[in-house]
Formats: sequence, C-alpha cells, structure tokens
Amino acid sequence: MDENYNFGFLDERTKKSIRRAMLKAVAIPGYQVPFGSREMPFAYGWGTGGVQVTASIIGRTDVLKVIDQGADDTTNAVNIRRFFARTTGVETTEKTADASIIQTRHRIPERPLTEAQIIVYQVPMPEPLFRLEPRRRETITMHALAEYGLMNVKLYEDIAQLGAISKTYDYPVLVNERYLTSPSPIPKFDNPKMHMNPALQLFGAGREKRIYAIPPYTCVRSLDFEDHPFEVQQWEHACALCDATQSFLDEMIVDDEGSRLFVCSDSDFCGERRTAGHTGEQQAVRLRDALSPDTGRSGATQ
Amino acid sequence: MYVAVKGGTAAIENSWHLLARQRRGDTALPELTVSQIREQMSLAVDRVMSEGSLYDAELAALAIKQSSGDLVEAIFLLRAYRTTLPRFGYSLPIDTAKMQVMRRISATFKDVPGGQILGATYDYTQRLLDFALLADEADGSGAGSARQPDSLSAVAATVSIASHVMPRINELMAKEGLMEMPGPVAVAEPGDLTRQPLMFPADRPLRLQALARGDEGWLLALGYSSQRGYANAHPFAGEIRRGQVSVEIVPDELSFAVDIGEIEVTECQMVNQFAGNLEVAPQFTQGYGLAFGGAERKSMAMALVDRSLRARELGEDVVAPGQDEEFVLSHADSLEASGFVQHLKLPHYVDFQSELELVRKLRAAHAKQRQISKDGAVAAGLATASSGRKAA
Repeated sequence: MDENYNFGFLDERTKKSIRRAMLKAVAIPGYQVPFGSREMPFAYGWGTGGVQVTASIIGRTDVLKVIDQGADDTTNAVNIRRFFARTTGVETTEKTADASIIQTRHRIPERPLTEAQIIVYQVPMPEPLFRLEPRRRETITMHALAEYGLMNVKLYEDIAQLGAISKTYDYPVLVNERYLTSPSPIPKFDNPKMHMNPALQLFGAGREKRIYAIPPYTCVRSLDFEDHPFEVQQWEHACALCDATQSFLDEMIVDDEGSRLFVCSDSDFCGERRTAGHTGEQQAVRLRDALSPDTGRSGATQ
Repeated sequence: MYVAVKGGTAAIENSWHLLARQRRGDTALPELTVSQIREQMSLAVDRVMSEGSLYDAELAALAIKQSSGDLVEAIFLLRAYRTTLPRFGYSLPIDTAKMQVMRRISATFKDVPGGQILGATYDYTQRLLDFALLADEADGSGAGSARQPDSLSAVAATVSIASHVMPRINELMAKEGLMEMPGPVAVAEPGDLTRQPLMFPADRPLRLQALARGDEGWLLALGYSSQRGYANAHPFAGEIRRGQVSVEIVPDELSFAVDIGEIEVTECQMVNQFAGNLEVAPQFTQGYGLAFGGAERKSMAMALVDRSLRARELGEDVVAPGQDEEFVLSHADSLEASGFVQHLKLPHYVDFQSELELVRKLRAAHAKQRQISKDGAVAAGLATASSGRKAA
C-alpha cells in the first residue's frame, strides 16, 4: 500500500461528504444527488465517479472486483483495480462470488448478486433525459414534476418510425415508480437484473457531479407499452467457449473474411462454466447480409 | 482453441515505458530541466497554473516536462495534485490598484493616471522567425546568451516597475457615474466551485471562477463570437494590466491581515456598450477577466465572455451561445471536455454489440418486408396477366 496517500486516496472529509450524498441517494431511490466531485488521478470519462464512490465506502476487510465490459482483464479495469490495491491494500478478486464491492462499467455480472454485496456503476451521463433536453435547469424541474411524457413520446416515435425502440443500452427505467433513471449504459439485457436486486446499487458520475442509488429490493421498471412489451437481446449463437445460451455475448471478428466468434462478455461467468466442464463449439460463424440477393437462396450458413 | 485477449497489466506497463521514451526524445541531447522550463517557457507555465488553479510555477513546469509539453495534460496533472491539498482558508480580495505594474495599457483614453506602460508584448513584433535563436543553439557558443544579458540590463535600467497606487480606469469612470459597478450582490461568502458542484443559475462569483479555470481556446472562440454579432458586445479594452499583487489572509488567531506572498496576474477590464432605460440613466457596462501570470489573450477573452453572460442581469435578450451560462460553463473545463471526448477510446464492445443486434434484427425485418411486397407484386402481375387473357 502506498503510504503517501490517505486510505482510498481521498481525504476523510471528502469521503464523508460523498457518503452523505449517498445516504440521500439511498433515501430517494433514482434521484440524482449533486455532490462535490473531486479531480481524480484518472481522466473524466474513465470512471472518476465510480472510483469516488468506491473510495468512500471501501474498508480494510472489503474484497474488490473491478470489471469493464463484463471482464476483469480489460485495461481500464486493470488500472482501477491496481489503483485501489495501491491506495487501500485491500484484497482484490476476479470472482463475482467472492467480492463484497464490484465496480463496473457497462455490465451487471451474470451471477446473481447477494445482500452482502454492493455494485458501483461508473456513469458517464446520469441524466436519462439529456438527449431530449440537454439543459440541466429544465430536467431538474421535469424530474420534480415527474414530467416524463417526452421520453414516452420518444419511445413511441421509435416504434412508429423504426418498428422497434431504438434504445439498446442506457434503456430508461423508472425506479420505485417515481424517478426516471439512467441505468448507466448497461445493455438493456441487464435491465431486469436491477429489479428487486438484493445488492445495494450505487451510481457515480464524476464529471457530471451526481450520485444516485437503487437500494436493495427496489422496483425497477424498464419503460414500455402494453402492445410493445420490453424485451432483452437474444443471440442465435451460444458462447464459443462455454456454450452458454443465456449470457450476454461479445462478438469478435477473427479473420479477414469477417468471420465472427461469439463469447461471453462476463469473463468470470464464462471461466466458471468452463471449469465446471461446459465446452463450446470453438467455431467462428459467417454472417450474411440479410438484404443481399443471394441470402434468400443459401441462408445464413456457417 | 480461441483464447480471449489478456495481458492488460503488461500492456499498461509497456505503455508507461514507451511514454517515458517519447518524453525523453533523443538521449544524445541534454535533458530539459524543470527550472529551464519555468524560466524559458514561462507563458506555458502561466497557462498551466491558471487552468490548473494552482499558483506554483515549479510544479507547473514539472507537469509540462512530464507531459511532453501537452498543456492540457499538464493542467490535469496539476489539478490531480491540487485536489489532495488541504485548504487552510480563503484570502482577502486582491487589490489590483496596488499592483506592481509591469505592463498597463488602456485603449479608451490616450493618457491615464500612471500612464501607459507597454512592457513585454508580442503585439508590435514583426512575426518573423528569429533565426539568430537557432544559430546560437547550433554553434553552442552561447554567443546569443552573451548578447542577451546586455540588452536585458539596458532595459532594466530604464524601466522602474511602478509600485505606487495606480487607480483602475473603470473606477475613475464610475466616479463620474459613467460606469456601472457590479458590486458583490450576495451578502453570503462566494461559493467554491472546487467543493460544490456548479448548479444553474450560477451567480457571478461562481461564473468567474469557472471562467478563470476554463479552457483558453473555448473562451477565445466564444469571446470572438460575441464580437461577430452572436451577442451584442461592442467592447473596448478599458484597461489591461499585468504585474505582481500581494495576497493577504486573516488567520483565525489574529484579527488583522497578514501578507503571505505575491502572485503575478493579468487583469482585463472591458468597457461595453452603455445600457439604460427610463429608470436607469445610460451607463457603460463591464466584463472582467483575470488569470495568473502573463495571460492577456485569456483574460481578454474571459472579460468578453463574462460580459455576455451578464445578459440576464442587465435585462438583455439571451439569443447567442455566448450568453447561455449553462452552455458556456458546462463546456468550459478542458479536463472535463478532454476526458469525455477521449473516453470514446475505452472499450464500448457491449453497447456496440447491443446496437449490432438491433440493426441486424431491423435489417432482417426489412428483408422480410421487401420479400412480402415482391411476392405481392408477382402475384398481382400474374393476376393482371390472367385477367388480360380472359379479356382476350
């Protein structure tokens, strides 16, 4: 542990002020609490909000897991994990089951979380309405009045024009039937995991200086319509490594012909399945243009 | 068997080594020292101190060295250090009328008390590359450096830094009632941008804090836009002064002010078009800019933007980007902007995968739709043909 800095880098008074913001956030699920975000030794956009939240709650007995895109070995996850190892000396892990705090960017682990765990999301844009109304002054009023018609109209227009809701990540949710909330840009595949989750969910947006929370066992509803119910992504393929069919898959381009390999985005989940004896087909697949003339004859083949 | 890409740790460490090599450049050349940067790239140091919000020339120079001269990166390094420093208190307002002036000009009066002092400025250089600077380095004889002390001492003999009180021109105009003086409106202490998040509407002390640490390029472009009709500026450079001012604090234990040192600042007061109506007699209005060190471009641009952000307060219509405080201030910080733009380099596989899945699904639906309408057309064609036969 680096003795030149305070435990968790931030000074204790700053951590206390951040914890106060978190308490308010937990008391008002889904409400964005402004907080005195500090400059961190990471660039804005690299998880400064999540890092400040984690730094403010982490204790010496915690076990920390950091993932980016579901994986522990992506460079930014490695960097943040090393930062906490250096400034707190706490134990780190890649196992979802062993972690007491999980800091994440863009994913919720496939393994269900428990009451003993806290998940900390790194959030770039905490305001779910920002693409419709960029002015903060306005959106604060809209939240106060629960005036969310704009978002419903946007989803309706998507269906009318495209035939489907175009939001595939950062899909808006209503927390505790009150505040419209950004789930941070997790894929909508993960939205159902937020609902009635036993773990405390904390969200930190450093650059935008907001913290919000979803307490354990809180209702989280993805916006939809009776005749266009919310649904999550599905893949025609199984994971090439562990044969999982119910996990979120990353797609890789593996040769010059453009063959694709589908692999679990959650590296711990995939690894555990392989350890348990599951094996995938290891096969890359060729995808065809649905609109090209020969697709109709040959169909999508491997 | 396929193995997912690993090795984040090793890649990061290799990246650090490559970065160090990039910073050092050709090792046959002597390494640049921090004191050389501080002394010979002083305007870069000043900018890093201003936007880094920390008056420490040595650390700013160190940051410039460490960042290979990338000033936004240097500002970042300084801010990340600053955030760990304890806060002992707040200084009294500096009194720029008592500045030890190195340069002072007014574009509104031909002569003013204290006089016009040109000082060091690029304004009247002919922007021709000075190949003598190159030659001095090439022969390594230091002939140029031998020449410089002479010219420097000659100037030093003639310019005695003005140290008496030199009243600010806007205050002289205010005495005649010609200039509105925006006093501190709030009775409360000014807020602190680095402790509390900026909320809108922001009062002027907070706006000025945000502008002072704001990106010079952003302020320059917005100030420029206000001159080109996007906001009604009509500015005159009432006064620009650069020099040393004392910083004083009143410690908790004492009831009087203690001088804790001097800082160099550049201050700009813009005089803008008069405003007035039936109740308020016509007056000139002003915008204010202040930055550490030699920072004329920054402080002038800041003064223009400060003035345009006062639109609401002065009863003007908000019609231009430069008048919209949320727009201007939310995007003024180079660290926030640089971070968020560059975070697009981070992996977004998962979100992109979600988009891919949807686009494929929509394209498949499109293909199906197209097939249905084609089949429909073929069927319709057959129907037409058969009905044609019937008619025959």
